[in-house]
Amino acid sequence: MARGAVAVMGAGVAALVAALVLVPLAAVGLRAGAWPALLPGDVQTLWFTLWQAVVSALLSCLLAVPVARALARRRFRGRGALITLMGAPFLLPVIVAVMGLIAVFGRSGLVNGLLSGVGLAPVSIYGAQGVVLAHVFLNLPLAVRMVLQGWQSIPAERFRLADSLGFAPAQVARHLEWPMLRAVLPGAFAVILVVCLTSFAVALTLGGGPKATTVELAIYQAVRFDYDLGRAAMLSGMQFGLCALIAVLAWRAVTPTSFGAGLGRGRLVQARGAGPLVADILAIGLAAAFLLLPLGAIVLRGLPGLAEVPAAVWAAAGRSVTVALVSTGVTVAAALVLALQVAQGGRGAGLMDAVALLPLATSGLVLGTGLFLLVQPWAAPSDLALPVTVAVNVALSLPFVYRLLLPEARVLLADYGRLSESLGLHGAAWLRLVAVPRLARPLGFGAGLVAALSMGDLGVIALFASDQTATLPLVVQRLMAGYRMETAAAAALVLVAISFTLFWAFDAWGRWYAGT
Amino acid sequence: MRTSILATGFSCVAFVAAAETPVLTVYAGDYFTSEWGPGPAIESGFEAFCGCDLQFSTGDLLPRLLLEGDRTKADVVIGLTTDVLARARATGFFAPHGQDLSALTLPVAWPDDTFLPFNWGHTAFVYDTTRMDAPPATLEAMRSLPEAVKVVIQDPRTSISGLALVLWVKAVYGDQAGAFWADLAPHILTVTKDWSESYGLFTAGEADMVLSYTTSPAYHMFAENDLTKKAAIFPEGHYFMAETVGKIAATDQPELADAFMKWVLTPDFQKMIPVANWSLPSALPLADWPEGWAALPMPDKVLFLSEGEAEALRVEAVEEWRAALSQ
Repeated sequence: MARGAVAVMGAGVAALVAALVLVPLAAVGLRAGAWPALLPGDVQTLWFTLWQAVVSALLSCLLAVPVARALARRRFRGRGALITLMGAPFLLPVIVAVMGLIAVFGRSGLVNGLLSGVGLAPVSIYGAQGVVLAHVFLNLPLAVRMVLQGWQSIPAERFRLADSLGFAPAQVARHLEWPMLRAVLPGAFAVILVVCLTSFAVALTLGGGPKATTVELAIYQAVRFDYDLGRAAMLSGMQFGLCALIAVLAWRAVTPTSFGAGLGRGRLVQARGAGPLVADILAIGLAAAFLLLPLGAIVLRGLPGLAEVPAAVWAAAGRSVTVALVSTGVTVAAALVLALQVAQGGRGAGLMDAVALLPLATSGLVLGTGLFLLVQPWAAPSDLALPVTVAVNVALSLPFVYRLLLPEARVLLADYGRLSESLGLHGAAWLRLVAVPRLARPLGFGAGLVAALSMGDLGVIALFASDQTATLPLVVQRLMAGYRMETAAAAALVLVAISFTLFWAFDAWGRWYAGT
Repeated sequence: MRTSILATGFSCVAFVAAAETPVLTVYAGDYFTSEWGPGPAIESGFEAFCGCDLQFSTGDLLPRLLLEGDRTKADVVIGLTTDVLARARATGFFAPHGQDLSALTLPVAWPDDTFLPFNWGHTAFVYDTTRMDAPPATLEAMRSLPEAVKVVIQDPRTSISGLALVLWVKAVYGDQAGAFWADLAPHILTVTKDWSESYGLFTAGEADMVLSYTTSPAYHMFAENDLTKKAAIFPEGHYFMAETVGKIAATDQPELADAFMKWVLTPDFQKMIPVANWSLPSALPLADWPEGWAALPMPDKVLFLSEGEAEALRVEAVEEWRAALSQ
């Protein structure tokens, strides 16, 4: 009976998500009328979009493996804090992240300063290499966390068993780590690929020019500058098709693992020997430098203006936090229902999985414009700016939380499903006693992600906002538009600090709850 | 539980209480109404005598009007730039302004009966004297910059100043505009989606020159007491841009809208423009400009494409730019 209720809820949530994504798209398409032709440059745009996304996702995943392995098998002072901090770039509003990267890798940045100090030629961050660098910077943290969770999902007992059987590192890799990576990496690759496919601010600022145009940028142009809804609908259709194709391919590549149930806690056995130790130190050290130096630069740039941050910044910060918290509650609840339902398998699981990933493929701008068209006959869009922002945040962050929960939900049901059934644990009691404690880690991490991503979102609010509803990222942009670069940097630092605190609070709850 | 969370979300909507005084709704660009833009001064200035409540509503102007169609709440729209006027006029949403234009002090003729210019400026490349002691003296010289000099510009497909730049180059070079872009391409550090990102890169020391306005140095001079930012003035002429005010034909506050339009051309309004908007007043004799403003270096020659010419050249000019920079 309880299972039936979950199934109904799952189907309901899936239907809502599908409607939230597809109905606005249809509204834009219908309003547009005629289907436009491709413009010169569109093929190049499509090609560049795909190319940079594949390279960025591949690099992010490959680099994540040694870093996650090192973090999984080493224990050192400050490890928890380092893991949290290294997650930060994924949470940065893109424009802030770009400024941080430029401070380190730009023409007058740290790296070029060092290079010219020792008489070497400077490197340029502007161009395709800069786009890839920025995407790896933004997404490596996500990949590391996803792979690290994979490592942590292998029960410590298995490593201990391997150790007592005298497995060499290669054998551990083959029997324990490789199957886990086989299960985790395609998902991570697909998510990052799609994130990079729909990114545009990075490509535009660092790409060096129209060579680096992405599909999402072309959509931005169509919606906000040319008001060509037909073209916007066509381009987002193209983007949708690409992303859907990738989701299907990734789905096929995922093979579920089962290491069986462990006690669910305990320290990992550390890898022995000098070779792995050096490799681990290098992996952690380089990743930390790459991810943390730009963060440090953002802090340094923001500090001077911090004393004179105007009141409007704090008001906007309050609004942003409210939006973020509401978005987080709704998203986590929806993602949990979907993940549990899909993990149970059965009829419709494949479809629901596709629906949960659907929002990744959509353009926030087209979604926002569609919602605007839909609400407009009944209400003034500016009165609904914040609810619409919440809706878009929920849609756009749902796939991340869902992706984080799904593998763990599968393991949970496979390992504890029969036991719960035989104990007659159902419904709320089952959620409280089994699901939430077992899933606390990804739940906390996921909630932190939604909160931070919702803080930094800028795409939709700009279409709707009035002065009373301006969010913090919008205020940063307005400061910049008024020449107040120093104050803007300070407001950006406030934004980053709040995003990060929210993320940290949720993530720490998850790890604490899972550890008790 | 989900319903209660959603309810919390919806309750954070600010409902505007029914006002007793008449409300004039003015649509403005996003930068306009923040305390760092001209909005607050304009609001308090008008409310001082209109007996009304001026409410700004910010966002993209033209896309928003088109999205809202007949349901728009706007009475007046402020901030449409000259290069988008053809498209704005074609919507048919705007009514004639009915104002006397004799007070205008623009460097170009303005016979328009619908849109009133409230400020103006020219596009220009701005540089930092501490990093560049010999700026290019002509637009032509931009084609042969020293190898190390890097310029940051805005994308004409997403930014109004970026569009003004390609029209500027088109106005000077005509059929040869593509060749100009090909020569400048190696010096373009990057292209940003809007002006503020470009300017941020420039002030962070990444680029030697930035596409901005002839009035940009004024901000640094008067607000920061920093004399190191200068606009390079070219004899080929600089591209003229004005921002305008238009009255929505279907307004339910026609008298207030007319009063606002009339006020825009008075010295009371115009005197706020330089320091609040960092641009030049459209209807104020030079003698009445704030101290120091009349001494800003300005080009002798002003290039201006009428809205029809600009609209006719727009697609071609942007495509030449895109093609040359995609090589």
